[in-house]
Formats: sequence, structure tokens, C-alpha cells
Amino acid sequence: MRYIAHFIVLFGFWLLLTLDLSANNLIVGAVSALLVSAYFGRFFMRGYRKVFHPHRYFWFIVYLFIFIWECVKANFDVAYRVLHPAMPIKPGIVKVRLELKTNIARTLLANSITMTPGTITVDIIDDFIYIHWIYVSSTDPEVYGKKVSGRFEKYLKLIFE
Amino acid sequence: MSSTAIISLVFLIIGLLFNLFGCIGLIRLPDVYNRLQSATKCVTLGTCSILLSLIFYFGFNDTGVKALIAIPLLFFSATVAAHALVRGSYFFGIKMGEGSVKDDYKEQADIEEQKHQDHEVS
Repeated sequence: MRYIAHFIVLFGFWLLLTLDLSANNLIVGAVSALLVSAYFGRFFMRGYRKVFHPHRYFWFIVYLFIFIWECVKANFDVAYRVLHPAMPIKPGIVKVRLELKTNIARTLLANSITMTPGTITVDIIDDFIYIHWIYVSSTDPEVYGKKVSGRFEKYLKLIFE
Repeated sequence: MSSTAIISLVFLIIGLLFNLFGCIGLIRLPDVYNRLQSATKCVTLGTCSILLSLIFYFGFNDTGVKALIAIPLLFFSATVAAHALVRGSYFFGIKMGEGSVKDDYKEQADIEEQKHQDHEVS
């Protein structure tokens, strides 16, 4: 089953990439997707059954819009700090506890944090995520935990867990 | 000039501006970590915006869809590269610049370093 889920994802990606429904193209795509999923299917995410749940896609689209909004805000924020003559920065590395358990949800959370205002993920060790922050606005772990990851965590939980 | 061409032009200008801001940040900000901040965020959104302008220019055919697929690929590669660069430069021993207020990562990094050395010796 895991191999089939991987095959479907790969084949869909091939169709999007070529956008051509002739028989030749379909056969080449199917054969290459089959080969790749035969070798690498075992690395596909655990809990592959979730690929077939439709409500997860709904939450994914909601998450996508929130993410784009945050990302645009992040860019204006960084542009402001760069162009301001005095450069209002106060960098530091903070440590935030993670609520998510599965690897793929953690990966996506780390990627989202990297794209949002002034934060880059440095590392994940055990249950903590280490984040470089360009403007550390408070020293209370509760407050900045909510500020950095709280926006995404609840949606990622709905999507992946 | 058609309306899609104008939209495409607007996205192109926004993208170029953000790429410019990213480059200015790369020069002005003080240390590696802050420079990577501007290098990932501004440059990624700038490039995504240029790709969006391509979609509007070519319409929804094979070129446009390829540009659309390039956006998530760019997102994942840029974020993973930034993470790897930050972590690598930390372990390489580059100090955080002046005015840094907090460093929670130091103790953990020391432990990891120790593990790595033990592994190399044995």
C-alpha cells in the first residue's frame, strides 16, 4: 500500500510536469514512477493511509492560505529591518517545545518557521526545536513559543495526525 | 497591452524589488545567521513572485504549469538549505554577532560535538 501511495504521488507529479496525455508520455511516466517507487517506496512517510483522507486536503488548503499570508508579512518585516537606517535587530537562538509527533509534520513545521517573520530553524533535538530569531521580543518561553509556532501547529496537527 | 501582461509586469517588479532587498540585507546585516535570514526570506519570495509573473504571462499551458511546480520545489530547497547552512556554520564555530541576546543552542551543540568526536575516536 505504501508503494502504491508513493506511485500515485510520483505519477501525478510527472503528469503535472509534462502536461501531456499522449500514450508515449503516460507509459514513460508510469514506468519511471514504478521504478522509483520500487526502490524508494520504503522511505515514504509512515501512516501513508492519510494520503487518502479528503478532509486533510481541506485543512491543507486552509493552512496554505495562512502560510502565504505569514510569508508575505515576513518579507515586509525583513525588508523593513534591512532598509531601516538603524537596523532594529536583536538576534538570538531560542528553544521551543514541539507538540507534533510525526516526522513529516515536524519537517513541514520547521520549513514553515523558516519562512515566517525573522525566524530560521537551526535544529530539532528530541522534543525541542531550536530557532534563530532576528528580533527576540520577550524572554518568556510561553510567549515566544506561541508567537513562533502556535499559528501553524494546530493546522499541522489536523493535517497529519 | 492586455490585463494579464500588466499583472505579470507588476509581479515581476515586486519580485525584482524583493530580490534587491534581499541582496541589500546580505551586505548590511552583521553576521552569518542574520544574513541567511534575508537571503532565505526576501530572495525566496522575490523568485516566487517572478515565477508567478511567468504564469500570468504564458497562461495555463505547459510553461506556466512548470513555473507553478517550481514554486514548492524552491520553497523546500531554500528552507532546507538555510537550515543546513545555519547548523553547519554553528558547528564550524562561527560566533553570533554583537548584540545577540540569547543562545539556547550552545549546550546542546556542545553535547552533539562531544558525541561526534567520540564517534571519530572509536
